[in-house]
Amino acid sequence: MARTRRHVPIASNPLLQVRLPAHRSQLVMLFVAVAFVALVCRVVWLQVFAPSYLQQQGELRYGRTIELPASRGKIFDRNGVVLASSLPARAIWAIPEQVDATPEQFAELARLLKTSERDLRRRLVAAADRSFVYLKRQVDADVAERIAALRISGIHQQREYKRHYPQGETIAHVVGFTNVEDVGQEGIELAKNVDLAGKPGSRRVIRDRYGRVIENVEAVREPHNGRDLALSIDSTIQFLAFDALREAVREHKAKAGAAVVLDVRTGEILALANWPTYNPNERGQLSGAQLRNRAITDTFEPGSTMKPFTAALALELGQVRPDTVIQTAPGRLRIGRATIGDAHPHGPLTVEEIVQKSSNVGTAKMALAMPAERMWEMFSSVGLGQAPQIGFPGAVAGRLRPYRSWRPIEQATMSYGYGLSVSLLQLARAYTVFATDGELLPVSMFKHDTPVEGERIVSEATARAVRHMLELAAGPGGTAPQAQIAGYRVAGKTGTAHKREDGRYVNKYISSFVGFAPVSDPRVVVAVMIDEPAAGKYYGGVVAAPVFARITGDTLRTLRVAPDSPVVKLDIPPPEVTESTGTGAAL
Amino acid sequence: MVRVNLLLSLLLVVCALGLVSSQDRARKLFVDLERAQAQAARLEVQWDQLQIEQTALAKAARIDTKARRELAMEAISPQRTLHLVVDPADGEVRVGPNAPDVEAAREAATSSAARDAATRGAGAARDARNAHKRPGGQR
Repeated sequence: MARTRRHVPIASNPLLQVRLPAHRSQLVMLFVAVAFVALVCRVVWLQVFAPSYLQQQGELRYGRTIELPASRGKIFDRNGVVLASSLPARAIWAIPEQVDATPEQFAELARLLKTSERDLRRRLVAAADRSFVYLKRQVDADVAERIAALRISGIHQQREYKRHYPQGETIAHVVGFTNVEDVGQEGIELAKNVDLAGKPGSRRVIRDRYGRVIENVEAVREPHNGRDLALSIDSTIQFLAFDALREAVREHKAKAGAAVVLDVRTGEILALANWPTYNPNERGQLSGAQLRNRAITDTFEPGSTMKPFTAALALELGQVRPDTVIQTAPGRLRIGRATIGDAHPHGPLTVEEIVQKSSNVGTAKMALAMPAERMWEMFSSVGLGQAPQIGFPGAVAGRLRPYRSWRPIEQATMSYGYGLSVSLLQLARAYTVFATDGELLPVSMFKHDTPVEGERIVSEATARAVRHMLELAAGPGGTAPQAQIAGYRVAGKTGTAHKREDGRYVNKYISSFVGFAPVSDPRVVVAVMIDEPAAGKYYGGVVAAPVFARITGDTLRTLRVAPDSPVVKLDIPPPEVTESTGTGAAL
Repeated sequence: MVRVNLLLSLLLVVCALGLVSSQDRARKLFVDLERAQAQAARLEVQWDQLQIEQTALAKAARIDTKARRELAMEAISPQRTLHLVVDPADGEVRVGPNAPDVEAAREAATSSAARDAATRGAGAARDARNAHKRPGGQR
């Protein structure tokens, strides 16, 4: 029975026979209609009036913004040797109250962070009320991975970059360094920070449920890596200069030293060495003395190294010829109330011999015969009193007072390098006038490799004449026979200057030597400065000249310059010609 | 009419499925691309790292110490160096002017006096054999 009942056709369903009041079904219809209207309203509300919230929620579940890191530019030397380069590193940070580690984990963490457990715990306790504390920054990537593998809760990592300086202390003063935020603090890193720094980009992506990126949304903001820089420095020559300087400073128990090597063809700085120095990779405690780039930021009274400029001017003005004889006896000269003197009385000397034997009296006599204005012009045209335009932080101008205030005694002492001050780089650059045929070259810290146009200062004839005098000065009868190099003709001038302390000259010295080689076709200008040699010797001819000889010889060999003189045993007599140090006028 | 409709809806379904599969392929390829780019970045970092390592190992300071201390090498001295010059006229390589006295150099190389003179200067230490070539001799 039940079976037949179930198979009743719908049209003959007995329920249809039941007659019910029409309003009951209409009421149900009404409810359904109202429900539909409510749904439609809701849909319209969600779709039209309030979509942003939902979209945001949706995107939160699959969208991500990914930072695209940009690396800082590398610094190379002129041959493509890396001087500074960045590698990814991690900063390890912690939320102190969430840190929950087993004793073994904690010990391992302390070991990886290269600190003691006690110290680590102390730091976490000290920062307990903060929600963020750096445990260590600039952790190498492989160490960071092992820390991450410990899976300690509350210990997190953040990407950053660590700067590496593979050449270390040799070139620290030129390259400088960055801080942990990757911002340049010293040297080229500071000077060219804007170029070197990269600009990080970002992009919006969609991830699938495995966390894989499957699509870019919006345009990618491309990261811009920092620009790479090629310096003019040759790291081989830099090392040679640094090594020679370090040895000399140690041998003479000096306080400091600096050396500069300039390329005469291009004006590029091939080496710029300083001692004392520091290791830019391990900057635990640094002192100001270590950080100072003496060759550029320290000035000193150049002493006798200025004499060739006075002689050059006297030649230019037509006052003297190289063989004009000037009486320097009795080795003393009274100017006003002051007296200047030579170390040895020399008698009558030619202009050539005055430079060769470094006579103060002879130089002063030439200077007193020339207008102060012309002398000032000469000194300032070779770059004295102006900071060299090399784009390096802290390059100093030195001191060259206006000629209107010069008294005669000051003009006399300035002619042999007292009463004015220069940096070693300025001095080296000034000597390019004699190394070229009378042109002052612009110096550069960056590789350009093309010959540069110099600025004519003196005539070709004058430059050649002074070059010859300088060769004599660095020869057997001069003040610096120890500057000679087997196989190359050298020219240069010593300087031995008293230091001033509290406005008075004291018996502390700065020994310097500036010269160039090979004389037949000068290729490099080399300047050496040794500050306060304290082992007995202090004359530029015995302290700085040997350093010059070593640096120049090695540099020329490295540059594969053919010898221009026969290789013979050098004639280095005991220094019988001692240089006149003298002092400046008490100002 | 019905047939056309059926055909069109069939076409629609096929197109829709095509869209789905190509989207899927696009995403898979994108994932591959991402992986390749990540690898490129990784390799670049590795290259940087190797470059730094190479520089640190090849720096002049290290080579100088190793050569002097461990290998007992000496710096070249001018007395034992022959500079060869390419003659611009015929392209021949000749010994340059100002060549050192080779006989003397050979003697000097064996005498201890030369060793003192040779301690000056750094640079790559070169074999004294170079000095045995005759001056004026050709290649």
